[in-house]
Amino acid sequence: MKNIRSQISMVFHLDKCIGCHTCSIACKNTWTDRKGAEYMWWNNVETKPGTGYPRKWEDQEIYKGGWEKKHSSIDLKGVGKIKGMKKLFHNTHMPTMDDYYEPWNYQYEKLFDAPEGDDQPTAEPVSMITGEKITPKSGPNWDDDLGGSAEYARKDFNIRDLSPAEQETMFQLERMVMFYVPRICNHCLNAACVAACPSGAIYKRGEDGIVLVNQERCRAWRMCVTACPYKKVYYNWHTGKSEKCILCYPRLETGQAPACMHSCVGRIRYLGVLLYDADRLQEVASCDESELIDKQLSLYLDPNDPEVIAAAKKSGIHDSTIQAAQKSPVWKYVKEWGLALPLHPEFRTLPNLFYVMPLLPAMAEMNEDNKYHSAGKSLWDDMENPRLPLKYLASLFSAGNVEVIAEILKKLMAVRLHRRSVTVGDLQNDEIEQLLQNSDLSPEIADDIYRLTSLAHLNDRFVIPPAHREEAIEMLNETHVHKGTTGFGFTKKPKRGL
Amino acid sequence: MSWIKDLISPKARQWEEFYRNRWQHDKTVRSTHGVNCTGGCSWNIHVKDGIVVWESQALDYPLLEDSLPNYEPRGCQRGISFSWYLYSPVRVKYPMIRGALIDIYRAEKEKTRDAMLAWENIQQNPELRKRYQKARGKGGFRRIEWNEALEIVAAANIYTAKKHGPDRVVGFSPIPAMSMMSFAAGSRFLQLFGGVNLSFYDWYCDLPNSFPEIWGEQTDVGESADWYNAKFVAVMGANLGMTRTPDVHFFAESRHNGTKTVVFSPDFSMVAKYADQWIPVHAGQDGAFWMAVTHIILKEAHHEQQVPYFINYTKKYTDAPFLVELEKEGDKYTPGRLVRANRIKKYKNIENGDWKFLNIDEKTNEFICPRGSSGHRWQEKKGNWNLQSNDGETGQEYSPLLSLIDKHDEVLQIEFTRFEQKQTMKRGVPVRFLETEDGKLAYTTVYDLMMAQYGIDRGLSGEFPTGYDDASAVYTPAWQEIYTGISTGTVIRFAREWYNTASVTNGKCMVIIGAGINHWYHSNLIYRSATMALILTGCIGVNGGGMNHYVGQEKLAPQDSWGTIMSGKDWKIPPRFQQTPIWHYIHSDQWRYDGNQADYNTVPENAFSTQHSADLIAKSVRNGWMPFYPQYNKNPLDLGKKAQEAGMAEGSKMQDFIVNQLKTGELKYAVNQPDNEENFPRVWYIWRGNALMSSAKGHEYFLKHYLGTHHNNIADEVAKEFVKEIEWKENAPEGKMDLVVDLNFRMDTSALYSDIVLPAASWYEKADLNSTDMHSFIHPLSAAIPPVWESKPDWEIFREIARVTSELAKVHLPGVQLDLVNTPINHDSKGEIAQTEIKDWFTGECEPQPGKTMHNIVPVERDYTKLYDRFISLGDGVRNGVGAHGVSFQCEDFYDKLLNGEKKVNTIDGQVYPSIREDVEAIDAVLLLSSLTNGKLSERAYKTAEKNTGIDLSRLRPQNNDALLTYKDLQSQPRRLLNSPLWSGLVENGRAYSAFSYNIEYLVPWRTLTGRQHFYLDHQGYIAFGEHLPTYKPSPRPEVYGDLRKSVNDGAAKLLNVLTPHGKWHIHSTYGDTLRMLTLSRGMEPCWLSEKDAASMGIKDNDWVEVLNDNGVYCTRACVSSRIPAGICIVYHSPERTYSVPKSPSRNNRRAGGHNSLTRVHLKPNLLVGGYGQFTFHMNYWGPVGVNRDTFVLVKKMEQVQF
Repeated sequence: MKNIRSQISMVFHLDKCIGCHTCSIACKNTWTDRKGAEYMWWNNVETKPGTGYPRKWEDQEIYKGGWEKKHSSIDLKGVGKIKGMKKLFHNTHMPTMDDYYEPWNYQYEKLFDAPEGDDQPTAEPVSMITGEKITPKSGPNWDDDLGGSAEYARKDFNIRDLSPAEQETMFQLERMVMFYVPRICNHCLNAACVAACPSGAIYKRGEDGIVLVNQERCRAWRMCVTACPYKKVYYNWHTGKSEKCILCYPRLETGQAPACMHSCVGRIRYLGVLLYDADRLQEVASCDESELIDKQLSLYLDPNDPEVIAAAKKSGIHDSTIQAAQKSPVWKYVKEWGLALPLHPEFRTLPNLFYVMPLLPAMAEMNEDNKYHSAGKSLWDDMENPRLPLKYLASLFSAGNVEVIAEILKKLMAVRLHRRSVTVGDLQNDEIEQLLQNSDLSPEIADDIYRLTSLAHLNDRFVIPPAHREEAIEMLNETHVHKGTTGFGFTKKPKRGL
Repeated sequence: MSWIKDLISPKARQWEEFYRNRWQHDKTVRSTHGVNCTGGCSWNIHVKDGIVVWESQALDYPLLEDSLPNYEPRGCQRGISFSWYLYSPVRVKYPMIRGALIDIYRAEKEKTRDAMLAWENIQQNPELRKRYQKARGKGGFRRIEWNEALEIVAAANIYTAKKHGPDRVVGFSPIPAMSMMSFAAGSRFLQLFGGVNLSFYDWYCDLPNSFPEIWGEQTDVGESADWYNAKFVAVMGANLGMTRTPDVHFFAESRHNGTKTVVFSPDFSMVAKYADQWIPVHAGQDGAFWMAVTHIILKEAHHEQQVPYFINYTKKYTDAPFLVELEKEGDKYTPGRLVRANRIKKYKNIENGDWKFLNIDEKTNEFICPRGSSGHRWQEKKGNWNLQSNDGETGQEYSPLLSLIDKHDEVLQIEFTRFEQKQTMKRGVPVRFLETEDGKLAYTTVYDLMMAQYGIDRGLSGEFPTGYDDASAVYTPAWQEIYTGISTGTVIRFAREWYNTASVTNGKCMVIIGAGINHWYHSNLIYRSATMALILTGCIGVNGGGMNHYVGQEKLAPQDSWGTIMSGKDWKIPPRFQQTPIWHYIHSDQWRYDGNQADYNTVPENAFSTQHSADLIAKSVRNGWMPFYPQYNKNPLDLGKKAQEAGMAEGSKMQDFIVNQLKTGELKYAVNQPDNEENFPRVWYIWRGNALMSSAKGHEYFLKHYLGTHHNNIADEVAKEFVKEIEWKENAPEGKMDLVVDLNFRMDTSALYSDIVLPAASWYEKADLNSTDMHSFIHPLSAAIPPVWESKPDWEIFREIARVTSELAKVHLPGVQLDLVNTPINHDSKGEIAQTEIKDWFTGECEPQPGKTMHNIVPVERDYTKLYDRFISLGDGVRNGVGAHGVSFQCEDFYDKLLNGEKKVNTIDGQVYPSIREDVEAIDAVLLLSSLTNGKLSERAYKTAEKNTGIDLSRLRPQNNDALLTYKDLQSQPRRLLNSPLWSGLVENGRAYSAFSYNIEYLVPWRTLTGRQHFYLDHQGYIAFGEHLPTYKPSPRPEVYGDLRKSVNDGAAKLLNVLTPHGKWHIHSTYGDTLRMLTLSRGMEPCWLSEKDAASMGIKDNDWVEVLNDNGVYCTRACVSSRIPAGICIVYHSPERTYSVPKSPSRNNRRAGGHNSLTRVHLKPNLLVGGYGQFTFHMNYWGPVGVNRDTFVLVKKMEQVQF
């Protein structure tokens, strides 16, 4: 434990996600509402089952993103520095405009300008690329709320290992299911985009682990677009630079939650610091798939452990950051309570965005009279008969490990039953106690989980470490001098090429 | 891992300024969105470089109790897109007018040199009139100067008042709470003018009629934080994730605190995803499910277990122990009216004895006249209007007997009706007899009738179900399967979990309900059926319980002071408030296309229930049940003048003057001759709303009959053979409106079809106030930037219209005019005890007595030259006090405060008045004079309530009665409203607002006949229509509803029920046209189809489709989804025809419309009754609602797409 670093990480509570996309728009309004960035959704929300954005991004047989295990090490699956250099001008696995969408606008001005005619004017859609009239065929959330389920939901990457019968079940009306997965950049510990960039333009910030594309150095190779298995780096066709989620560092640096999190009306988002052992990255990233989840989680270190604290200080981590790590809601959800998992850990980028599993409505079925029946009998139906096949969630969040999913769902349910018992008292107390014990929960911990899930205030959800900008600025200039000069100077836009 | 290196180097990272620069901004200002979403969200508007660049949620709502999650953030994907509008290409920047009209106008102006004469020439020339009417909606807009626009508007105002009467000038603006001063601007202008405000809450079908039916309350609901207090939540007809976006976290958080949640919805919706159980009930059949739930609750929890909490609650807070007369006709008995106290000797001569009722004391078996009835409310002696367990006349303490089951004279076989099979059945009910002057009277209790109605076999003989699995007996769990598709086991389990939770928690079971239910034809019955389950388990008036209806931002918190300013009541004038559903039904001629309602509305056979709706409207107008404008076929100013000339202008003489003319037929009600030219509405102001599209049920009829332009309606007129009172003219008029003026910031459909569009300041460019029922705060709209281009705030626009109209009046309508204003009999007035029976004065069944047996007629003096002066000054009517909901209080001292000190004043005729010329002045007046925002006035209001009820309410007065909010305070932080007796919930000490907790905890009566929650509705009209008891009525069938008489299914189409619930990407039509929302919603509002239906029509995802019926057509693309059940399609409310709508091949290749092109108004006539307890008119409180959910359409693939 000599190389300890701090990482700003996130938890998204999927059981609370509404699928409203407010996060996406908060981001877009601030960062990508301009030429060249029309199709960029640094934050997007996907309906599951579905094929996501860009279409089928999870399928690395198509896009060759992320890492693959090669013997005891790993290698970029698609282009990398070495592979990439060879085919610098032939980057084959990029999503095309069809996989994203052709941005469009409307001839709104017709409503004002149309001369008197024999019928009503209307604003027709026109392509923002060609200026021609178009009928939109795809969009950033084309399959929202299971729209076009035959074309999208049924082609979800994560149902590939389900039997045909299991698959069909998911699309029978009375048994069907959907939930939402909001996505931003994972600011991975083992970021494939960083590794793939031939120009060295992508880097991970030392103080907080945020991954950025340097808008001056980027040379438009777009290897990052291919390498990122989450397809969270976008190429700006206007500036000729790649861009991606910056975790709103200008906001974080001033103690404000990122725009997507600030605006999350489902209150599903949490942000905080995790400390990790950077020396173990290679070992973890290249372990067997069955161990991936456990190994990745083992990277994160207990911020209250005196040894960790000492080592962290030695590694140059600020006292205030350690204190933030100790209060981190992410630490609680991910490590203390074991309720949150990363998305597609098998991509081996060691992502830092964790998801709490969704509890979904109890299973039901139609009987032979074509009448709807609820399947269970108790106040809450048992978890043995879930609406969503656990295998499906395992494909998304645990590299196929069904047990870990089942444990989380049971834990979440145990907390609810415990709270029912506390607030109503109409359940068998001994059964509840047993349930808590089976999930390694004490009533106190169950209450803590409930509190952070239900009652958390803004400051509990977002524990932002101080950025100590004064220290960063000091490295270039006396901070008190900088104080009088900040904001002066001419801003320049990124330019294509050099 | 050599490839990943953390980068610290500050130099290499200097470029990071790039994104920091973008984030930097110059200021933030608090505002919100004045849109009808009920959200009431506080936002920070970010200004950079002098323009608004983005918005983010303000996170500083004051906290409630520690045990509750807090309100942050509030705001959704739609709200956060608003800034797009400010500088977008749909922004209305300048006054616009249609070229055809301005050319004609300028030519006439040139000739006459006078605006008013020019307007007169146009209106009296049918060719000219037709010329610009035909051009409506067809492009050809031109920019004009403000002065010219105002001149034309003023000319139309004065011409109309002079020629036809001011009650031909109307305005529509919806849901004031969202931006209440902007609403007040237009309504104040209209009311000072003598014009007409159209109601909205009922028109939108957002008014749940069951609320006035059961509670005498328009609507009152818990704030969203109170969902968290529930332990069992049933959601139906509300898609919380979709429509209650900023609130739904309370629902999720409550689940994690151990609350069971069940969602009813035909499709797998966003909120179904959240629930513990999703019950895919067949569309519109929720009522059947709840009837069975109540069957189980009554049987198990009431009859068998007699759960003490439930029984005590039912005795104390409901009409269950009240006595009902059983009417004998031949050998059959049917439930009749409540037994009036004055039927028995003991109470024969008491005051208001017809409006007081009877209980039996369970200890002494004596009759008791319980306190709290409407008779006690409106009697001379105050202080007995409460729910204490004492006799209202003798003061004797008692305990009500709920059922006669143990002590009765006889078990009579009473006849009940089951409407789904149109059959009657006989069931045994325990009965006692009473000797009256009219002979022997059989009576029972409401509770016993309920037991029989729901089929609870208590060992009395009769046709009772044999058990839960008896599908042949109405309201059993097995019976409901037929309608809902939900198994018996599921409903039994639901009911048991429900009442068990309610029993353990003392009533913490909640229903959250919305437009998905309220828009059905029989919505009042569905609501009542669910409310029965709530009341019978003591879940109303309890934190965590309640019937929480969230449809329309109905809660305008400072109703007392705002209502005064909005209606011009400060100038002591009675308002002309119109019940809009009947107005549009009549004026847009939709009645002509309506068959007889009794053909699709399941009613018992009798003369009253089988009339055409239009005829019953005519009766309701003359009986004072409903208002209707214009009033007469003559100008009310002319009538006033004639009355003066005849020396009949004063009081009852004036009334006689009118009544005599009506009797002789010299004067006719306009409602009886809606298609006569002299009765047309003429000038229509639209502001803050989309009256011609998303608010236009029967949109194509509007285009045809109001506007006189193109339309896609092919329906037949069928009413001729049914109507008797309404005059039938062979040719229906087209183009009734002379002028349509729209105040708007965006070019929506209403703007596109209006004659004049005035550029309105948007929600980031003006001062205003916002409140909602979703939370208990009040907060502001503020100008982050000044109004852009030539736009102006609504307050300023109407002030300008008033100014120019006054100027023109000096020339063309000088002097004092006597206007005669008709008003209906009003709720929260003594009119509630006006009419014990339905009697028609016009046919001689009773004497015409204005305000009692007929509408009121009130003389009002208007001086149009002083309209502007009055608009900008707060009249001294305020000295007499302000109030609402039957509670008023003095505020003279605060009025004086406005006159003295720093405030500005205006002088009219030598007298000084406070100025409300500026919007902020008006806002501060509202805050100063309201019991919700001024602690001293809250205290005063409670003192009034104490006087009325005789109950000590001192604990509810604000602890800090110095609390007094100003606009500036609200700009710094939203503030929680104070406790006030205007509202039925309590908020002291951070407690979450739950409706009716005031009534339950302080024994304050509901504003109903008995003062209790009503299971039983004994109005004669309700008995005639078979809705006196909670019941189930089948949905109207499409073949008799009349929307598909002419549209032909060529074989490729499919007949589907079109559901139009609220959508994800718009609030009504707002936001739906923004590029952001369109990008996230496939570029238009699609038609969601099930995979099965789509396959049968050969439709694939994203194919173009036509959705049509006789009323009109909507063209869009299909969204085929496995979450939609077969037999329905969904077009989310509400698309505009301004974007992405092609031409319809089925309608001669004319531009297709929106979802309201498919609708036509159908009314439920029993909702027309009035002058009787809670069935008494108040604008937006009572009357038929504009139902639309039972609409059927043909859907078919569109082979050719042409724009």
